[in-house]
Amino acid sequence: MCYKEEQLIEEKVFKDPVHRYVHVKDRVIWDLIATPEFQRLRRIKQLGTSNYTFHGAEHSRFNHSLGVYEIVRRIIYNFQERPYWNNEKRLLCLCAALLHDLGHGPFSHSFEKVFKLDHEQYTQAIILGDTHVNRILKSVEPGFDQAVADVIAKTYEDKLVVSLISSQIDADRMDYLQRDAYFTGVSYGHFDMERILRVMRPMEDQVVIKSTGMHAVEDYIMSRYQMYWQVYFHPVTRSAEVILSKILHRAKFLFETEDFTFKLEPTHFISFFKGKVDLQEYLRLDEGIVSYYFQLWQEEDDEILQDLCERFLNRRLFKYIEFNPNLQMNDWMELYRLFQKAGIDPEYYLVVDSSSDLPYDFYRPGEEEERLPIHLLMPDGSLKELSRHSDIVEAISGKKRTDHKLYFPKDMLEKLKDEHIKTRIKDILYGQGEVENAK
Amino acid sequence: MLSNHAKLMQFFSVAKEVTGRKKLQKMIYILQKCEVPFEEKYQFHFYGPYSEELTLRVEELCNLGFIEEVKEEKSNYYQYNYAITDDGKGFLNQFRMDMPDFSEQVGLLQGRSSRFLELVSTMLYFDYLPAEQVVDKVHTVKPKQKYSEQEIQEANEFIHKLKH
Repeated sequence: MCYKEEQLIEEKVFKDPVHRYVHVKDRVIWDLIATPEFQRLRRIKQLGTSNYTFHGAEHSRFNHSLGVYEIVRRIIYNFQERPYWNNEKRLLCLCAALLHDLGHGPFSHSFEKVFKLDHEQYTQAIILGDTHVNRILKSVEPGFDQAVADVIAKTYEDKLVVSLISSQIDADRMDYLQRDAYFTGVSYGHFDMERILRVMRPMEDQVVIKSTGMHAVEDYIMSRYQMYWQVYFHPVTRSAEVILSKILHRAKFLFETEDFTFKLEPTHFISFFKGKVDLQEYLRLDEGIVSYYFQLWQEEDDEILQDLCERFLNRRLFKYIEFNPNLQMNDWMELYRLFQKAGIDPEYYLVVDSSSDLPYDFYRPGEEEERLPIHLLMPDGSLKELSRHSDIVEAISGKKRTDHKLYFPKDMLEKLKDEHIKTRIKDILYGQGEVENAK
Repeated sequence: MLSNHAKLMQFFSVAKEVTGRKKLQKMIYILQKCEVPFEEKYQFHFYGPYSEELTLRVEELCNLGFIEEVKEEKSNYYQYNYAITDDGKGFLNQFRMDMPDFSEQVGLLQGRSSRFLELVSTMLYFDYLPAEQVVDKVHTVKPKQKYSEQEIQEANEFIHKLKH
C-alpha cells in the first residue's frame, strides 16, 4: 500500500473536551502530528493574552489544530457520495485543516504588528521549506506539499476544498468559537455544530447550508457576534496586548539605540529587530522563550522596558476609558503634551486601541463580489444569501459596532508630584467623574 | 494616534469619492503593491485580495463621521459609496501622515472597472511568480471570470504604468 493510503493498524484517538474524541486513522496525519513543527504549537496559546481576563484560556494552537482537523474529517464523512464531492481530495483537506495555523508564533498578533510579519507566510514556508512537515507531504506524492500550501493560502483551484478550511462558516471558526468558549468558561460561543454539519452541502465551488438548517446557522452567527465583543475584544485582554506590543517596540528601539547594550544579548530576538527572520529562527521562538526574556528585561537599565515587563508579568495593566477620536481629538493632543511634561512618555503610556486592531470579525454579508457570504440552498435549488432570509442575521449584520479605547497607567498618574498637571490630566480622562474601569 | 486610519483618510481625501467596497478593497491593495505604505493585511479570497482589517477600519471611519457611506440599490444588489466629510478633513488636518504622492495612481485606478481591478490585484498578488505562471495562476484561481488575453495584456500595461 502506498504511503498516501496507508492506514494505522488501530485507529488512534485524542481525548478532546470539545469534540469528545479526535480520530486518526491515516498514517500521514499521524506522522504530521509527530513533527517538531506541529508539536511546537503546544507552546503557543490560542488566545494570546486572554488568560489575563479568563484564567482558563490556556489552550494552545495544537488543541485547535487537532479540532479543525476533526471537524473537517466529520464534514468529509457526511459528504461521501454527495454530488460535487471528490473523495480523492480527502487527504488534502485533512492535511490542510491540520496544518492551517502552523506558522503562528508566540503572541502572533502583536509580533506581526510590531515586526511586520505575516504568520501565513511562515505557514507556507514551513510547508514548502526544509522541514519535517515538508518531507512527509512530499512523500505522499509529488506536488502534494504545494497543494496543501495552496489550499491554506486559498489559491487552490478547487474552491470547495478551500471553503471547508476558510469561509464564513468553516471548520476553523467552528472549532475556535467552541474551544474558546469552553476554555474561557463563558456561556456564549455554543451552537449546534452537529446540526450544521448535517445540513452542509457541497456545491461546485463552495459549501452551502440547506435552508432547513438556517436556525442552527443563526445560532452560530450569534455566538460569533457575542464572542467577538465578550471575549476577543475584552478591554482587559486588550490592555495586556497593548503592554505586550509596547514591550516589543521598546526592546526594538533599545536594540537600535547605539549607546544601549542589553545585559543579556537578546539572541532570539535579534533577527526580529533587524527585520530579517529566517525560518529556523522563527521556529525557535515560543512563549516560554518570550517569557524568559521578559523576566530578564525587568533587570535591564531602561526604566520603560523594566516597567512594561513588570506590568505584563504581574498583570499590573493599564486602565482605560471609552474614547471618540472625533469628539476628543483636542483632548488627546492636550493629554499627549501633559504626559510629556509629566515625564511619562506618551508613545508607550498613552495608547488608543481600536476594534480594527483585532484579528477577529463578525459576519457581514457585504457587497456583491466583495467576499463570499454564507449561502442557503433553497428547496428550488437556488442560493440565497443568509441575511436576506434571516431577520436575526440581518439585524446583527446591519448593526454598526466599532470601538476605541484610550489606555494609560493610572498608578503612574496618581504618583505625579505636579498637582496642576495631575489634576488637568484627571479632568480630561475622567470628565464628570471616574468611571468604574478607570478606577 | 490612529496612524493607519489617518493614512486611509489621506486616500479618501485624494480619491474624493469611491464607488463600491470591492473597488475600494482592490484600490488600496494595488496602491500597497505600488509601495504606498498602507498597512492593512490582505489575504486571497474568492474575489481576489481582500482585507478584513480594511473593512473594519472603514466601518470605524464611517462611525466616527470621518467618511460618509451611501448605500445604493442596484438591480439585484447593494453598492456602498464613500466620500470624505468635513469632520474627516478636520481630522486629517490634525493628523496628516507623511505619505508619498499617490494621486496619479488613484486617478488611474478610479477610471477602471472593479472587474479589471480584480484582475490587476490578482496578478499583483502572484507577482513573485514568473510572468507566464502568473497568467496560468489567474486562470486557475479565476476560471469563472474568463479573462481574455487582451485583458491580461492590458492589465500588464496598466501595472507597468502604475509603477513607473
